[in-house]
Amino acid sequence: MAKSQVAMKINGKTVEALVEPRTLLIYFLRDQLGITGPHIGCDTSHCGACTVDLDGKSVKSCTVFAVQADGADIITIEGIANPDGTLHALQEGFRQMHGLQCGFCTPGMITRAYRLLQENKNPTEEEIRYGISGNLCRCTGYQNIVKAIQYAAAKLNGVTFQEAAE
Amino acid sequence: MIPGSFNYHRPKSVQEAVGLLAKLGDDGRLLAGGHSLIPTMKLRLATPANLIDLGGIADLKGIRADGNDIVVGAMTTQHDLIASDLLASKIPILRETSAQIADPQVRYVGTLGGNVANGDPANDMPALMMCLNATFHASGKSGERKIAARGFYQGLYATALQSGEVLTAIRIPVPAAGHGYAYEKLKRKIGDFATAAAAVVLTMKGGKVNSCAIALTNVADKPLLAEEATKILIGSALDAATVKRAVAAAEAITSPAEDPRGPAQYRTKMAGVMLTRALARAKSLAKG
Amino acid sequence: MNDMTPTSAERAAKLEGMGCKRKRVEDIRFTQGKGNYVDDIKLPNMLYGEFNRSPYGHAHVKKIDTAKAAAVPGVVAVLTAETLKTVNLAWMPTLAGDVQMVLADGYVLFQNQEVAFVIADSREAAADAADLVEVEYEQLPVNVDPLKAMAPNAPVIREDLKGKTEGAHGKRKHYNHIFSWQAGDKAAADAAFAKADVTIREMISYPRVHPCPLETCQCVASFDKIKGELTLYGTFQAPHVIRTVGSLISKIPEHKIHVISPDVGGGFGNKVGAYPGYICSIVASIVTGVPVKWTESRIDNLSTTAFARDFHMDMELACTKDGKLLGLRCYTIADHGAFDACANATKWPAGLFSIISGSYDIPAAHCLVDGVYTNKAPGGVAYRCSFRVTEAAYCVERAMDIMAQKLGMDPADFRMKNLIRREQFPYTSAFGWQYDSGDYQTALTKAMEAVSYRKLRDEQKQKREAFKRGETRELMGIGVIHFTEIVGAGPSRNCDILGIAMFDSAEIRIHPTGSGICRLGTKSQGQGHETTYAQIIATELGLAADSITVEEGNTDTAPYGLGTYGSRSTPVSGAATAMACRKIKAKAQMIAAYMLEVHDDDLEWDVDRFRVKGNPERFKTMTELAWAAYHEVPPGMEPGLEAVDYYDPPNFTFPFGAYICVVDVDVDTGMIKVRRFYALDDCGTRINPMIIEGQIHGGLAEAFGIAMGQEIHYDDDGNVTTASFLDYFLPTAVETPRWETDWTTTPSPHHPIGAKGVGESPNVGGVPCFSNAVNDAFAFLGSTHIQMPHDHWRVWTAAEKLGLHA
Repeated sequence: MAKSQVAMKINGKTVEALVEPRTLLIYFLRDQLGITGPHIGCDTSHCGACTVDLDGKSVKSCTVFAVQADGADIITIEGIANPDGTLHALQEGFRQMHGLQCGFCTPGMITRAYRLLQENKNPTEEEIRYGISGNLCRCTGYQNIVKAIQYAAAKLNGVTFQEAAE
Repeated sequence: MIPGSFNYHRPKSVQEAVGLLAKLGDDGRLLAGGHSLIPTMKLRLATPANLIDLGGIADLKGIRADGNDIVVGAMTTQHDLIASDLLASKIPILRETSAQIADPQVRYVGTLGGNVANGDPANDMPALMMCLNATFHASGKSGERKIAARGFYQGLYATALQSGEVLTAIRIPVPAAGHGYAYEKLKRKIGDFATAAAAVVLTMKGGKVNSCAIALTNVADKPLLAEEATKILIGSALDAATVKRAVAAAEAITSPAEDPRGPAQYRTKMAGVMLTRALARAKSLAKG
Repeated sequence: MNDMTPTSAERAAKLEGMGCKRKRVEDIRFTQGKGNYVDDIKLPNMLYGEFNRSPYGHAHVKKIDTAKAAAVPGVVAVLTAETLKTVNLAWMPTLAGDVQMVLADGYVLFQNQEVAFVIADSREAAADAADLVEVEYEQLPVNVDPLKAMAPNAPVIREDLKGKTEGAHGKRKHYNHIFSWQAGDKAAADAAFAKADVTIREMISYPRVHPCPLETCQCVASFDKIKGELTLYGTFQAPHVIRTVGSLISKIPEHKIHVISPDVGGGFGNKVGAYPGYICSIVASIVTGVPVKWTESRIDNLSTTAFARDFHMDMELACTKDGKLLGLRCYTIADHGAFDACANATKWPAGLFSIISGSYDIPAAHCLVDGVYTNKAPGGVAYRCSFRVTEAAYCVERAMDIMAQKLGMDPADFRMKNLIRREQFPYTSAFGWQYDSGDYQTALTKAMEAVSYRKLRDEQKQKREAFKRGETRELMGIGVIHFTEIVGAGPSRNCDILGIAMFDSAEIRIHPTGSGICRLGTKSQGQGHETTYAQIIATELGLAADSITVEEGNTDTAPYGLGTYGSRSTPVSGAATAMACRKIKAKAQMIAAYMLEVHDDDLEWDVDRFRVKGNPERFKTMTELAWAAYHEVPPGMEPGLEAVDYYDPPNFTFPFGAYICVVDVDVDTGMIKVRRFYALDDCGTRINPMIIEGQIHGGLAEAFGIAMGQEIHYDDDGNVTTASFLDYFLPTAVETPRWETDWTTTPSPHHPIGAKGVGESPNVGGVPCFSNAVNDAFAFLGSTHIQMPHDHWRVWTAAEKLGLHA
């Protein structure tokens, strides 16, 4: 099949490439560009490990063809850190609150939470749980992920995170 | 998993899309949000030679009021439906239902048009569109035509949409002010297809049901409009005995398949339980 | 000394040693997307492998035509059993003493079995070609029911074993029989039952499930033809075992095999075994001379590489009328699928299942397990548990509830009455295990008090009355359990894998400036080893945890070890780490004595230094001693500061815990809401409380998934119906309950630092606790046992059978 020329902005840098129409965005990122932060955890658009931010939306990059992302502005976990190179509040929160173990779901989870906090600056626990329901984690039991996102929300809002009493 | 090869087309207008469909015939397949089609292609259960991506057609997006109807472009996403203040005030059951579809990532991309057009009985919007008595606008070679949602679904992945046609918009009459509504969906976990679900829209007058529409999701090879149940309920005060009769009538039209969500008998009974609960909640929300 | 001099406590705190909630070292890379997992590896000229798989559960393979596949542009080779036979690899030995087809050799025995392996220059070409391998099948009768496997006319699963009456573990009594294994004293158990006032018997099934880490199994095999060396990157929980097994199978000398486990995205037992994908990738790399990557899809993962459980336990308990346990008998049918590829210590075909007497003082007990073949995928791994311990714990904890019900006793009181008492430790069970330490009554009492257990029972009573009056359609259930695990495999007298004793190792090298590196035979898959092992060293050697690099997963550099599974890292490698530290410390002490010009015995250890007894201002810190070790060692002493320890544990460790769960069951839909889950764990000495809590959360979430919905289900035709995330129940953040965690600390007396291991306890204890809660909701209506999983329709069906929908 004829390859298509695509151009998109990924983590602030413009990327131009030739892709086969059937190349899924996740393979384009991982295999063609070496952006291996987003992962593949399932075949059926359920696990969310491949989540990237595409034009201000969280999407599962295993269910988008790279050609569909022509012209898009994409952020992956590699582009989440602050412009000055310091870690984003979410990256810090996940470490502080032990919101990860094997780390495989983490890039997708943080990238999803990044968009969630843009849309809802101060989510409740219930809203966080609903907001990350497209991301599966097999290690943490989610409780510390919720705390990590609460930590980040507090930090971004300029307040000190108070852990809820157990 | 890797889909088979295909040629990719990204028309800029409905006309262009219709032209491509006419040219490519059975080799052409429309791509909307892609969250049903792309996984199917990855599993190689679908191997279209050409994909016609509707994502580049601006005319297919948006939500607008038109007289007493609301017209939703086919490529409007579930996320857009949830975010719409117009829908929240006029047809709140649409937001309620959208919020129960899949997960946040899928709702950013999944479209109303795709959900209603592909004929999957597990999708939530088809039953809701039947309940709301929506009309689907389709464009083909010979122009545009309108198809009632209530006559659209013919069987598993079989709809009244003809080959060569593109579903462009969904026109939904705004339910009467003060209507009650509920979409009750039993699912194994968030994001799952329904084990069974029931959509109810009703109005009450003097404590009695004045109008009512009921539709059921995923308990047959197509969405079901529960007309007999509706007839039983009209004029009643939704007393327990009448609801029981109506639920029995609704259960009687189901014919679910056994799947990992449960055996057929269970899913039929769950359609009944969901309907009972939807009626109670709709009643509690209805004014009059 | 002045006020500015840090106190011992201040210096200790700075080390971030044991007991500290140290933040994880690993997270710095993982939160930035800079982990290095197998699929991230891209080597020059790398090819991609993909399987063609069987659509049938049981069939003869009459013909395989690879011509069309081979003709796809980019395809380099297509392997079949015929190709593999040329290198004698069409079959491979399993860890359990059986053999397993690598590629279908004349027939297929389960759906999705590997039939051909395509190697191509892109993922796309490999996938296209795998689809084009043409296979002619002749379908055969299928059996997926283990209870029917030994019927007189059952379909023959293993034609290759025809006429073979001896298996790896003794006599086979049927052509689908694999092994019989028993423990305990049958005569004593029978005598106990004969004199018992009350007995119960129940068929308790633990369905087939799958560990399902988020990263599937994958590898990159790279064979260097010039050097004759193989480098194998893979998702391995036990890299050294893979190297040894790889050498035995491939005949490549072991020193010419380099196995590397980079970051591993969860394992939970799935990544212990050796799978056809690895063998085919190795052969493909040898054939092509370039690296070959194999990446398993999720469907392949759920349907082919490893399963867990599938134990069907006919369980009996015997009691006096006042509730004192007298005896236990259990007869189990174990479904091992088409090949016995169970991951157990070699001598233990049913693993450590004889821990089935649990936390209770049961004088007489006997168990017998028969393993059978069916048309299902091979495996039998320990999904977040020590070998078959989950099955045993589930069975005894369910049975305890059933007995309490029959006795009319509260299940917590019945347990309390029969728990092994503190003064009985070390306690030898009727099965011969010597439990190292425990304080069970304290744990259960603390748990009951934490949740106000009696009040919950009062509330339940009222709700039941309200239910009977028709005022509610909800039933409240309370699950209470006390579990005992057996982990840390294990002592060489009990445990080996293919003859290799199940020791583990640590090698520590302290650099001149007082930092160091520790290499181990284990392999973290998310447990945080890079963080916690450094904490052991920090406390043992007085060097800051931050100054210690922990490295695992490279068989060239790490000392030999049996890997990470069965909660063995802390009990075995953790012990090795402490012991290696003590060797280093002993040498450092001699150097200190020499430098301070005193006798060794005149020194005492103080957090991070040796000081002269009675003269604390004369001291040498460990950092100073490290420097000295490289330039002024005492005469006759060899320079350097390093040690290696291979630790053969004297016994297993026996973590325990008491869990309580409260659920509300909607009898009209079968939906269950978990209102509360409280978990008290005792894992002995606690190294990093933050990580322990995280492990418990994770294990409980997995337990929740198993109890409430997970099942690898086969239909009667042998089709696996739950092999994707659409149908295999992995709970999201929405369904997953909130967890309350708590602890007691009863150190292991035989472990150098008293630690017992924790990662698997919550799965072992969690599943019976959820299940008991659901069963308890219905118990007052006369129901004794509802099989797992407790998904909506099964719970609804149980209610239906009790007439609750009339």
